Amino acid sequence: MRRFLRPGHDPVRERLKRDLFQFNKTVEHGFPHQPSALGYSPFLRLMAIGTRSGAIKLYGAPGVEFMGLHEENNTVMQIHFIPDQCQLVTLLDDNSLHLWSLKQHSGASELREEHRFTLKGPPGSPPSATQVTAVLPHSSREVLYLGTESGNIFVVELPSFRVVEDRTITSEAVLQRVPEDYCNRRSCELVEALREHPKNPDQILIGYSRGLIVLWDLQNNKVTHHFLGSQQLENLYWQRDGSKFISCHYDGSYTQWPVSSDNRHPEPLENFVPYGPFPCKAISKIYWQTTKNGLPYIIFQGGMPRASYGDRHSISVVHGSQQIAFDFTSRVIDFFIIFSSEPTAEFDDPSAMVVLAEEELVVIDLKTAGWPAVHPPYLASLHCSAITCSHHVSNIPLKLWERIISAGSKQNIHYSSMPWPIDGGTNIAPDPPQRDLLLTGHEDGTVRFWDASGVCLHLLYKLSTVRVFLTDADPNDNMNPLGEDEWPPLRKVGTFDPYSDDPRLGIQKIYLCKYSGYLAVAGTAGQVLVMELNDEDAEHVVDHAEADLLQDQEGYRWKGHEKLRTRDGPVRFEAGFQPFVLVQCQPPAVVTSLALHSEWKLVAFGTSHGFGLFDHQQKRLVFVKCTLHPSDQLALEGPLSRVKSLKKSLRQSFRRIRRSRVSGRKRRGGSGNASEVRGPPFRDTLQEMELAPVQRKIEARSAEDSFTGFVRTLYFADTFLRDSSRHCPSLWAGTNGGTVYAFCLRVPPAERRMDEPVRAEQAKEIQLMHRAPVVGILVLDGRSNPLPEPLEVAHDLSKSPDMQGSHQLLVVSEEQFKVFTLPKVSSKLKLKLTALEGCRVRKVTVANFGSCKTDDYSENDLAVLTNLGDIQIISLPFLKLQIRYPCIRKEDVSGIASCVFTKYGQGFYLISPSEFERFSLSTKWLVEPRCVVDMPEVTSNNHVHNKSGMENAVRKSSKQRHEGNIVTCLHSVVASSEVSCMWQESLERIGCSFCWKEEAVGR
Amino acid sequence: MLSVCFLLQFGAEFRRFSLDRYKPGKFEDFYKLILHIHHIANLEVMIGYADVHGDLLPINNDDNFFKAVSSAHPLLRVFIQRQDEVDYSNFGTNTLSRKKKALVTLRNDNLRRRPHINISMPHDFRPVSSIIDVDILPETHRRVRLYRHGCEKPLGFYIRDGTSVRVTPHGLEKVPGIFISRMVPGGLAESTGLLAVNDEVLEVNGIEVAGKTLDQVTDMMIANSHNLIITVKPANQRNNIIRSSRMSGSSGQSTDSTASHHSLPTSHVLQNFHPDEMESDEEADIVIEGGLEPQHIPKLHSLTSSSLSRINGSSLSHRLQRDLVLNNNSGRESNGNIHKLLSSLKTDPRHSLVIPRGGIEEDGTVITL
Repeated sequence: MRRFLRPGHDPVRERLKRDLFQFNKTVEHGFPHQPSALGYSPFLRLMAIGTRSGAIKLYGAPGVEFMGLHEENNTVMQIHFIPDQCQLVTLLDDNSLHLWSLKQHSGASELREEHRFTLKGPPGSPPSATQVTAVLPHSSREVLYLGTESGNIFVVELPSFRVVEDRTITSEAVLQRVPEDYCNRRSCELVEALREHPKNPDQILIGYSRGLIVLWDLQNNKVTHHFLGSQQLENLYWQRDGSKFISCHYDGSYTQWPVSSDNRHPEPLENFVPYGPFPCKAISKIYWQTTKNGLPYIIFQGGMPRASYGDRHSISVVHGSQQIAFDFTSRVIDFFIIFSSEPTAEFDDPSAMVVLAEEELVVIDLKTAGWPAVHPPYLASLHCSAITCSHHVSNIPLKLWERIISAGSKQNIHYSSMPWPIDGGTNIAPDPPQRDLLLTGHEDGTVRFWDASGVCLHLLYKLSTVRVFLTDADPNDNMNPLGEDEWPPLRKVGTFDPYSDDPRLGIQKIYLCKYSGYLAVAGTAGQVLVMELNDEDAEHVVDHAEADLLQDQEGYRWKGHEKLRTRDGPVRFEAGFQPFVLVQCQPPAVVTSLALHSEWKLVAFGTSHGFGLFDHQQKRLVFVKCTLHPSDQLALEGPLSRVKSLKKSLRQSFRRIRRSRVSGRKRRGGSGNASEVRGPPFRDTLQEMELAPVQRKIEARSAEDSFTGFVRTLYFADTFLRDSSRHCPSLWAGTNGGTVYAFCLRVPPAERRMDEPVRAEQAKEIQLMHRAPVVGILVLDGRSNPLPEPLEVAHDLSKSPDMQGSHQLLVVSEEQFKVFTLPKVSSKLKLKLTALEGCRVRKVTVANFGSCKTDDYSENDLAVLTNLGDIQIISLPFLKLQIRYPCIRKEDVSGIASCVFTKYGQGFYLISPSEFERFSLSTKWLVEPRCVVDMPEVTSNNHVHNKSGMENAVRKSSKQRHEGNIVTCLHSVVASSEVSCMWQESLERIGCSFCWKEEAVGR
Repeated sequence: MLSVCFLLQFGAEFRRFSLDRYKPGKFEDFYKLILHIHHIANLEVMIGYADVHGDLLPINNDDNFFKAVSSAHPLLRVFIQRQDEVDYSNFGTNTLSRKKKALVTLRNDNLRRRPHINISMPHDFRPVSSIIDVDILPETHRRVRLYRHGCEKPLGFYIRDGTSVRVTPHGLEKVPGIFISRMVPGGLAESTGLLAVNDEVLEVNGIEVAGKTLDQVTDMMIANSHNLIITVKPANQRNNIIRSSRMSGSSGQSTDSTASHHSLPTSHVLQNFHPDEMESDEEADIVIEGGLEPQHIPKLHSLTSSSLSRINGSSLSHRLQRDLVLNNNSGRESNGNIHKLLSSLKTDPRHSLVIPRGGIEEDGTVITL
C-alpha cells in the first residue's frame, strides 16, 4: 500500500543511491574535550588520553589513532599500558577497571574493550576498602597490583581480573615491623603510589599517603625496607639503577632515599624544597632522569610558592644550572618524559617532555638548547580562541598549497625541528585524494588554515586581521616581561588563549578563491577585508572605504558597538595573506553574508541592514541596497537590543558549551546504546513538560516581523537575468524575510577594467510568499549543473557552463526548495521540507557524489543539514529526497550551527569547542584512520569468560561497522590508480567476508 | 419536560423551565413566556431552536413550536435573538456546525464588544474554515481546515506539549502529545469555533505529529499556514457527530485527490485536501521585474540618498499595492453572526455545563479515554 503512495520508487535508482551515498562519522579532529588522564607506552610508542566523558584516544605517528568509548561515559581517572603488550588498563571514577587491547583485524589494528572489572570487598566492608587509588601493571604482564584507599593492595590476574586473595598485601602486614611511635601516628592510610623496582621485578615500592614508604618483597611476602617519610606523600620515582628513589610531597619538597641491602631503615639522603623557603604547593609528580654527562634532569610538576604563584600550572625542568618552570595556559592533567627505554641503556637520556594540559598538548624538546616546544602534528587546540565560523575549500591547487605552507613555516621558526617523538604504529591509510583546506575564523580576529586532507588536522598558517585596526590592547603587553634572573624562572608555553581583546574583531565570514589566492574576511563590526597572498613581508597602506547601508534614512538609531578604528599610514604585514582593501559597513553590524568574485574582482557583503557591492580592482563602492523594512526597528538597535541576533546567540551557545561541565555528547561507536541513553532523559523531559508547559504561537510570518532585512546569502552568477538571448554578470541576495534581489552587473572588459566603472541595476525582486529566510541561491545551467566557481573554467578545472539551454534559479529557504525558470521568474517545482517534516534547513551546499562502482559516474546533489541535526541529500534539479541520516543531536545547537560541508560530500561539525567531528556522505571519499600497531609477538588470549550478553552485542556491532568501513575503504583504494600489491592481496584475503556482507545486506 | 432557553445578545443568561411535551400550548403564549422570563418584554426577538440534527430552526408559529417541543429529547434548546440581528439564511442550513448533541454554553464577554456586522448574501463570503473528511475519520476526531487568504486576521492559537492517555493492549499508557493551549481572541482559529483549548493535535496537513517535537509541529503549522488542515481530538467529546443520525454533510463535496501526485508520507488520506487549490494559493510569490534606472555611483562614497530611496521606494510601493489588492480580495471574514456565536460558545470546555467533573482537564494533562 505504501509503495503505491510513493512515486518514483525506482529499483535502478535505489541501487545507484547505494553506490553513491553512505554515511560515516570517520574521525574526530582537534583536542579532546575535558581530558582527564594520560598514559604512555614506551614499548609501543603510543600515547593514550582519557576524557571525562569516558572516551580514550590513542595516538602514535601522525595518522595513527584509535578511539574507544567506555559504555558508562564515566571519567577516565588513570590509564596504564601493560608492559610490552598491546594492552592497556583504564580506571574510571566509578572504580571500574577496563582492559583494552589493540588487535589486528583485516590488516588494520583496532582498539577493543576486552574485559571489565570492579574490585569487590567482603560483604559489609566500606566502599573505601576497595576504592582503587593506585594501579601497577607488573612487568610479568600477569598481574595488576591495585592500591586502595584502605591501604590494602589487591592482586588481580590478567587478563581475567581474578583476584588472587592470598597475595593481597594488607596494611597490617606492612606495619608489622614499623617502629611503634611512627606506626601509631599513621594507621589506615591510602596507597598513593606503587612502583616496581627497575631491576628486580620481585620488589615493589609502596607509598602511603601519610608518608610511609616500604619496599615489599613479592617472593617472601614481606617488607624488606621501611622509609619513614614525615611529609604527606604525593608520588614516587625510581632512579634507573634502582639504588635510589625520589619521593615528592604535599609541602612542595622532594626527598631522595638510598636503597641498599645493609640498611633496612635508611634516612633520607636529601630533602629539598625547590621553590622555598616560603610555603609551596604540592609537587604532584617527579622524574629523576640520568644522563651521560652526570647531571640529572629533575622534572617535577607544581611546587610553586603558594602565595605568589599558587595559581600557576607549572612543570619545572632542572638540569644542572639550567632551570625553567614551564607555565601552562590551563591545568596540567598529567605529563610524561620520553627517554631511552632500552633496558640495556645505562642512562635515561630524556629527549622530550609531553604535557597534557586541560586545553592543549605541549611537547618540549629537552635535547635542543633552550628547550623549545615541538609543533604537534595532531591534537591541535582548535579553540585556542573560540571558533566563530568555518569555511572549507576542496582540491587546493598545489601552487597555492605550497605558498600557504611556506607562509606558515615562517611563523613556526620558534618551534623545535625535532621529529615528532611519539611515533608508534604505522599509518596504512591511502594518501588523501586531494589537498583540502579548512579555514576557521576566531573570536580574536584570526583565521587559521588547517590541512584537512587527511586524518590529522594540522595547522598550516595563522592569519591575524588585528594589525589593520587600532585596539585597546597594546600587542607589546603580551610580551613576557620576565628577565634572566627572575625567580621562579617561569616561561609561558602553549597557544590556548580564550580571552579576546575586542569582540568586534571576531571573524564571521570567510571566502577564499583557491585559483587567485584572493581571500575575503568579514567580521563582527561590519568590517570586510580583501586580501592577497604575498610571499614576502610588506608594508603598505590598506585602502579604506565605508558603505552606508542605511543611506541616511531618518529615524534610525544604532545602539550597538562602534566601528573599529583603523590604523593610519602604512602597516607592516608578514608574508602570507595581506589585506589591501577594508570596507566598513555603517551601521557596523555583524557581516552576515559574503561573496567574492575573483574574476570580476568584486566583493559583496551583507548585514542585517542591507548589502553592498565593492569593486576591489578600482577600490570603489559600486552600490548599496538597504533591505530594512521600515517597521523593523529592532534590527537597527544593534546587539544591545533585547532581541538577540542570530550571530550573538550562536556565540553564546559556543560560550555555553565552553563553560559546560557535563559532556553529554554523542560519539561514534556509541550508537549501540543510543536507545538506552535516550530512555531516562526522555522521561525527564516528559516530567519537565508537565511542570511547565511551553507554548508556541502559531502565526504566519508577516512582512512586519523583525530582522526581515537580514541578508542571509549572496551569490554571483553569469546568467540570463533580463532576456533569454543575453547573459550577463549578476548578483543575487536573499534575506531573512524571504526576499530575493537580483542585480544586473556590467563589468568592463579586462582591457578597460580600470577605466570604466562597474555598473549595477536592480533587475528583479522576488518575495517568497512563505517568507522564510533565504539560505541559499544557486543558478543551474542548461544541463542543470550548478554554475562553476569563478576562474574554475579558466583553470580548465571545469567544463564551461551550458549557456545554450535555459537556466534555472534554485532558491533554498529554511522551509522550501524552489526552482524557478530564468529569465522570466516563474515557479517550476519545489520541495516543501518544513510543511512535510517539520524541520528547517540550517546548512545547504551542492556536493558532487561519485559512484564507488564506476569511475565515470558522478552527480551533483544538495547536501542539507536541518535544525533536527539530520542530513538529507536532495537530488538536482528534480528536488527529490534521496536519503536521510541522523547526524547531530537536535539539542546540539552549536554543533548544527558549526557544520560545514565540503564539495565532495564530506563535512565537519564541532562536537565540543575544541573538536571537529568529520563525517562522510560519499562512498568514494572517505578520510578515516587506518593503521597498524605491530607487536613482536602477541600472546593469544583464548580464555573464555562470562561476559554479559550486552557487551558481546555491542562489540559485535562495532565489529560489523568496522567491516563496513574496510569494504568502502578498499573501494576507494581500488578506485585510485595507486593500488599497491599489498592492498590487492589483502582485498583478496577479505574478499569472502566482503561478499558475505553484500549478501547479508541483500537479504 | 424541560426546555432550556438561551438569551443571546443580551448577556450571559440562560433559563431552564418546563413545558408540557404533549400540550405545549400556543406560540403566542410561549413567546410571551420567554419575554417574561427574560424580562425583555419591550424587545422584538426571534426565537429559534436546535433540532435533532443540530440545525437551528425558527419558532415563529404554532406548528413549528409544536414540532420543536415534540421533537425535544428531553431538552429543548431555544435561542433568542434580537430581531434585527437574525440572519435568516442560517436557519435550517448546515452552515451551523453539525455537532450539537451536547449542551451549548454561553460565553459572552467578547460578544458585546464585537461590532454589529451587517450581513449580506452568503455568496459574498469565502470560507474561513470547514470540517472535512467526516466520513473517513473516527467519530472522536475532527479535521479542520483553516483558510487564510492573506487576510489581516491572525491564525491566533498556541500549542503546547502535554500528555494524553491512550488505551493500549497493555493498559493505559501516557504518551506525549501536542495540544492547543490558547486561543487569541478574535483570531481566525477562535472565530471558527472548531478548535478549542486542550484539543489534541493529531495531524497537520495529513502528517501525523506523533513523535514530533513541539517545535517541529510549530514549524509545520507555520509552513502550512496559508492552508492549514489540523486533525484534532477535541477535548470536549460531547460535540461529536453521531453518524447514524445524519446522512448528509458538507463533506459530500469531497473530491478524490488521494495523494496520487502528492506524495504525503503518511497513510492517512486527506479527502478534502485540494493540492491544486493549495498550490495556487501559495504559488503567488511576487516577482517584481526591475525597470529601474541603472544605479550608477560616480565615485566612492557618493551614492546619493535620493537614488537609494528610489530603489527602496519603488519596491516598497509595489509591496504596498499588493497588500492593498490582497485586502480587497479577502474582505472581512464573517460567516454569519449566529454561526460564529454558536460555535464559539460551544467549544470552550471551561464553560461547558455538562462536562463530567474531572473528566477532561487535570493540570495540563488531558485524559481522553
